[in-house]
Amino acid sequence: MKKSDHTGGSARLDVEGSGNGVVTLRVAGDLTNATVPELWTQAEAALSGDTKRTVVVEAAGVKRIDGAGMAWLLKVGCRATCAGGQVDIRGLAPEYLKLLERFDLTEYRAVQPLVRQAVPVPEQVGRVTAHLWDDFQTHIGFVGELTESLVRALLNPRSIRWRDLFLAAERTGADAVPIVALICCLVGLVLAFQSGMAMRPYGAEIYVANLVTIAMLRELGPLMTAIILSGRSGAAYAAELGTMKVNDEVAALTTMGLNPVPFLTVPRVLGMVVTIPFLTMMGNITGILGGALMFLTLDYPMAAYFKQVLSAAEPRHLLSGLVKSVFFGLTISGVGCMRGLQTARGSSAVGLSATRAVVTAILLIVILDAIFGTLFYFLGF
Amino acid sequence: MTSDAPVVIQVERLSAGYDERVVLEELSFDVRRGEVFVILGTSGCGKTTLLRNMIGLEQPLGGRVLIGGDDVVSAEGEARRRLLRRFGVMFQNGALFGSLTLLENVRLPLEEFTRLNNEAIELIARMKLQLVGLQGSEKRLPAELSGGMQKRAAIARAMALDPEILFLDEPSAGLDPVTSAGLDGLILELAGSLGMTFVVVTHELPSIFAIASRVIMLDRERRGIVAEGKPAALRDAPPNDKVRQFFRREADV
Repeated sequence: MKKSDHTGGSARLDVEGSGNGVVTLRVAGDLTNATVPELWTQAEAALSGDTKRTVVVEAAGVKRIDGAGMAWLLKVGCRATCAGGQVDIRGLAPEYLKLLERFDLTEYRAVQPLVRQAVPVPEQVGRVTAHLWDDFQTHIGFVGELTESLVRALLNPRSIRWRDLFLAAERTGADAVPIVALICCLVGLVLAFQSGMAMRPYGAEIYVANLVTIAMLRELGPLMTAIILSGRSGAAYAAELGTMKVNDEVAALTTMGLNPVPFLTVPRVLGMVVTIPFLTMMGNITGILGGALMFLTLDYPMAAYFKQVLSAAEPRHLLSGLVKSVFFGLTISGVGCMRGLQTARGSSAVGLSATRAVVTAILLIVILDAIFGTLFYFLGF
Repeated sequence: MTSDAPVVIQVERLSAGYDERVVLEELSFDVRRGEVFVILGTSGCGKTTLLRNMIGLEQPLGGRVLIGGDDVVSAEGEARRRLLRRFGVMFQNGALFGSLTLLENVRLPLEEFTRLNNEAIELIARMKLQLVGLQGSEKRLPAELSGGMQKRAAIARAMALDPEILFLDEPSAGLDPVTSAGLDGLILELAGSLGMTFVVVTHELPSIFAIASRVIMLDRERRGIVAEGKPAALRDAPPNDKVRQFFRREADV
């Protein structure tokens, strides 16, 4: 016997057809997933057409059969009986025959290969609309639940899980300092560079300081910080709570009589709301310093830049930015926790939740920013 | 019954553990073709650790494991490919791919490793699922199934390519007695008629007596094998207190 190769082997199929509606398939060798692909095509060719006939499989020469071989025998049987004929398997070792008897021919006759059906466009539109509406309702519900929990927690500070809050504050706040500082600094620098180029022909480079200051304080500081935090911490909240949901930890909390919303989300939301104004403040400062870096290349003294910054940095600019950042923090952490708690089952669901958390948070931040912009404009703030 | 069958797995002076914590020390044993080899012991004695070392998922602290003559840790290239095709594994919690239906889970190895056409793969996958009693659930996702059903689907997936050796980690834990007995029957049938080898980690006594041709018992304190042999013989004449306790379900005093 040749060296045994687990997956290989060779097989041989002879087809004999006689006039009286009997087809004999004489098969020998190894019926394994290495040889079955060829046997499959040969058998299909031999048994094509819908004529009623008796198929005899002479399997005395078969040495080895695996799952693919079993499937082949079943397929031959299905082909024969589908057209109202019969199948007769002869000479197969009894242990294989016993295994084959476990499978019922009639059950497999109807087996069709996997075909994915395309969903018609109107149905897709309908599904998406229904999904968006459901999503909107969940948002509203969650906002209500979160608000209630936050108010209760603030009225009764002893109920807040302070350890979790400080941990969340450290992770979303302190740990984010380097990245927020770097990005805001670069934004300030780029802003100063681009506006400096535009203002140079008018000899108005000194007003770059005003532009950078107001833009950072009112818009870019809060916005950049919020976008960084939604990618960093919003996604982390969603993934963390999502994994807890998948592992039934959330269910465990519920059965203990603890409501997951106040228990899990309040410390995280408060942790971010408390730290985000400080991060924004730091983003503002590093942004303005970035502008100063750019200013070094122009022939102005540094003192002139900072004097201009101080004259432009009115308290209302700073305040409007910080107020916005608090609402951004509320949005990012709330959305992150909500998406986390919405997680379905399975490992891919966690990834989906994290993605949706980031996308929803950024979308809401931009919408909120526009609303605040309009509001402040009409209030003359 | 299989004492003259060829050795398929050799474990040689294997020490295993995690970092500083040694769980198993200098274990040696062989598994022969067609055997249902059961690793048993109380919780935390290192059964799963041993299994993970045997399939090369963990780097042993010492010694080696050979499957069909290939070292599970150092085999590379063609030898590694051959090695991995030799065995299938069912993990403790099933480890099915959550985004795929049961049928797609079983189809996956067939699609990746054979040249079979779509119809043949479909048929084979359905047959495997029927073998473990899951006909009718082909289109369902793992998350929609009970733990026991997930386990059986995982066995079907492990069998997809008809490996010579199947490693099963706690196959009957969490299964009802009827399903569990059905699974035992399937294991015996596959081992008996097709000469498949099983390495089963379990502590379910009824299942051990039903299927095991040979068992080894591990112990946490001794970090190794405290008994080896046929389960009935160990029950009737326990060589030491650990074994007696286990088979007679006595609590630690």
